[in-house]
Amino acid sequence: MKLAILGAGDVGRSVADLAGEYGHDVVALADSSHAAVDPDGIAVESVLERKVGGEAVGTADPEDVFDTDYDVLVEATPTTLGDAEPGFSHVQRALEADRHAVLANKGPVAERYEELRALEAESAGSIRFEATVGGAIPILSTIEDSTPEAVTAVRGVLNGTANFILTRMAAEGLDYEHVLAEAQDLGVAEADPTFDVDGTDAALKFVILANVLSDGGFALEDATVEGIQNIPGSALDLAAEDGRTIRLIGEATRDGVRVGPRLVPENSALAVTGTRNIVQIETRHAGSLHTSGRGAGGPETATAVLSDVGRLPPL
Amino acid sequence: MGNVPASSDEDDPDAETDGGVRAYTVRLELVDEPGELLSALAPIADNGGNLLSIHHERGNITPRGHIPVEVDMECPPDRFDGIVEALRDAGINVIQAGEEHYGEEISVVLIGHLVETDLSNTLSRIEDEADAIVQDLSLTSPEGTDGVASARARLAINSGRSTEALETIRTIGTDKDLTVVEPLLAGDAA
Repeated sequence: MKLAILGAGDVGRSVADLAGEYGHDVVALADSSHAAVDPDGIAVESVLERKVGGEAVGTADPEDVFDTDYDVLVEATPTTLGDAEPGFSHVQRALEADRHAVLANKGPVAERYEELRALEAESAGSIRFEATVGGAIPILSTIEDSTPEAVTAVRGVLNGTANFILTRMAAEGLDYEHVLAEAQDLGVAEADPTFDVDGTDAALKFVILANVLSDGGFALEDATVEGIQNIPGSALDLAAEDGRTIRLIGEATRDGVRVGPRLVPENSALAVTGTRNIVQIETRHAGSLHTSGRGAGGPETATAVLSDVGRLPPL
Repeated sequence: MGNVPASSDEDDPDAETDGGVRAYTVRLELVDEPGELLSALAPIADNGGNLLSIHHERGNITPRGHIPVEVDMECPPDRFDGIVEALRDAGINVIQAGEEHYGEEISVVLIGHLVETDLSNTLSRIEDEADAIVQDLSLTSPEGTDGVASARARLAINSGRSTEALETIRTIGTDKDLTVVEPLLAGDAA
């Protein structure tokens, strides 16, 4: 497949870097201001070197990407809420041109799911978005394999930053602010960690899951979301006295989406530690399935994108 | 089943133990003979239950002339029926049989200005409005009584009523501007 990658952050760059290993060619890589475009395949290594070195990825305009002959548009621009632009329009243009689109950007699938599916229905191309939920962990494909109708609920931990903070607070008896500063030093938390700690990031992922279970109907505004900013170290101590701990747990069912700090047994599957993510997929006929792994990171998320590319039908 | 090592999580390969534990109260009646209590507790531990507390009501006598004992324990939901069965196999009379009779226990953590917002009123509201019994309470207020404090309450709730009770507690928390950390119910986690 010929890939056109929009977004040259960690995920976009990793997709470009690993595409060859998965047997695909990269015909375009664009950030918000420049693009490298070559119908015969861009020189990935030198393009990535330029980007990392702070230079423009190429001399072309990002707009030129859409005029290139590609099979799959990889949407890896930063997640935006509300109208989910420009990500939504990027995917729209690909589908209207009868191309496939694979998203790592959560915005369009969380906020405008039904519109995306309507565009897909009119297109020869299709959309996939494994990378939007849980990075490297095969969650959507597991649901797809079990058929979404047979899945009654999905629960778990889908934000590594919040989980890291809660794990450290419980282990060290420290308060939220201390651990957050440590997480920022380690690069686990971003300079502005708001979406991670207030539950928004996890909520977007569970909204996407609810959309998959119900074939649409949910957006971020439909989710009940609570963050971990108000959890003091003493609350984790009290939980530990009782053999429990606190985790930022999300739940997606056909009835709705809820994300908030919850008490879970310390030794339960959902009480993963550090930045690890886990989901429990509750099925009608096969009990619960648990799948766990790295929920973020460039190469990790890129593997989900490239698995999606591999599952696309030929155009 | 009675000779497996106590507190091993590997003894019953069919039980799902990674979905969390849930607290249960079981009422037994014991013959007033030495060693009866010990032999009643062994099947619980042997089958993966963790004893939380025992109320041995020596002063009370059941209509049959036996001594009522109330045992609080926790175990994975999949193990519970096995424990009841093992108790009966050991000749123990389990008074309250049938799942609908077993009380459920849940813990919640409340965070906020607990003292300023009248903790005892908060707890009575939980008892009245959520139809729960506060079994015990741990409170820490590292910042002093006028700062942010945390409390863990263990609540007894009528079987099958946990979801409604938690909804009510959530509302009380919102009223008083408290953060309520609810348990993920083991039935959901199993």
